[in-house]
Amino acid sequence: MGQTFTSGQPYEDDAPEPAPAPAKAESTDALDSLLDEIDDSLQTNAEQFVRSFVQKGGQ
Amino acid sequence: MTPEEVAGHLFHSVVRWGRSSNVFLTNASRLYIDVGAHPEYATAECDTLTDLIASDKAGERIVQALVAEGEQRLRDAGVDGTIHLYKNNTDSAGNSYGCHENYLVRRRADFRAFASALLPFLITRQIVTGAGTITRTPEGAHYSFSPRADHMWEGLSSATTRSRPMINTRDEPHANAELYRRMHVIVGDSTMAESTALLKVGATDLMLRLMEAHVRLPDLTLANEMQAIRAVAHDLTGTATVELSDGRHLTAVEIQQAYLDVVRSQVGNVIERTAEVDHILDLWERGIRAVREQDFSLVDTELDWAIKHRLIERYQARLSCGLGDPRLARLELAFHDVSPERGLYHRLVAQGLVRTVVEDEAIERARTVAPQTTRARLRGAFVEAAAASGQDYTVDWVHLKLTGASKTVLLKDPFRSEDSRVDTLLESLGADERG
Repeated sequence: MGQTFTSGQPYEDDAPEPAPAPAKAESTDALDSLLDEIDDSLQTNAEQFVRSFVQKGGQ
Repeated sequence: MTPEEVAGHLFHSVVRWGRSSNVFLTNASRLYIDVGAHPEYATAECDTLTDLIASDKAGERIVQALVAEGEQRLRDAGVDGTIHLYKNNTDSAGNSYGCHENYLVRRRADFRAFASALLPFLITRQIVTGAGTITRTPEGAHYSFSPRADHMWEGLSSATTRSRPMINTRDEPHANAELYRRMHVIVGDSTMAESTALLKVGATDLMLRLMEAHVRLPDLTLANEMQAIRAVAHDLTGTATVELSDGRHLTAVEIQQAYLDVVRSQVGNVIERTAEVDHILDLWERGIRAVREQDFSLVDTELDWAIKHRLIERYQARLSCGLGDPRLARLELAFHDVSPERGLYHRLVAQGLVRTVVEDEAIERARTVAPQTTRARLRGAFVEAAAASGQDYTVDWVHLKLTGASKTVLLKDPFRSEDSRVDTLLESLGADERG
């Protein structure tokens, strides 16, 4: 097969339109307010919390 | 409280319903307590990606419901505590677990060669489908594509916990063994975003379809697979090269692009073109571009590693701390928390910061209803009817049996969703088969 590296992308045009993402600034604001909300709980004993998460076994 | 005690509280209602902590549910999936006292959930057999994603996400809701019940039991016992359940890949002590994928392939004499041919794809797909993680080393912390990569020690093997292969070759098809073989992939990360699951399983399925159709793939056999998977995982720039057996040095970006190009060239030929295939290819292309062009925003609402990277970068800037700061590790854990209230993934979805693939109603339905186009439909109907009748029964992936009955129904064809023997069995239980 000589078609290993096609240069054209014939299907690109028909690719589904991605759902409109929130505008960048708006999305950053949303992310910041989410981080505001969870900040306290993440800061509380973070080190001890993380260290105590141990899962034995599994594959 | 020990993990075993917590698991006991978590599985209280499961044991009461199924008289065991290892059960098949009415949605035909399997739920049990694995070694180390963590819940393990295996979706029923699915023949569409949307069914699979819905069933996988339904599993998160099922175990989350167990968490809520477990917490209530703790409160009733006068214990003040919360239970955190994470769908992630590693713990703070460096243990690894992760996510298994199973693909049913046609049996062939050269299975080892067939499976080996998939390794370069599996080793490099982490640049698009990895869970992303902060890796801590004595030299400092850095962000990697995959938390699981460092825990892989072999390409193919029939052992799982001892040697940690990328593909488990144990011959256990849970189907007609003359026709089918199980491709049991262990090298994937557990991920949260539905789009990541779509790409992970979707692209792997497309690769297998080409291989089964004997489409010639570029020979990208790697010289050293264990070295390669680590080199790729730890290079977020996408510029690190891995050595091929033929002496060439290629980046993971180049290898993934080569596979994507072959897959694309077969759309309309070996691969039937559907909106879903287009969706997978578009996401695959953008994922590769995101790494090549170092523009992570191309996929930061869809692919786990990029979603988490954005989250961690933003939180790190706010804290003005190093990447090794425990608060960032705490953030990472929160992303994987299955709780819709505490879990950061779920809150990102609620804020429109992460895109979803399947309808919420489909996930909700998949909690109790099996996929309807595979053998799962038969198992689900049997479990529901048998449990409702109060009769004892045993069930596994291929067998259905009422305790004391002379006959066991053996279901060897996973693609068959109707069976007169099961109809008879359901009638004897007084159930309408379609109920």
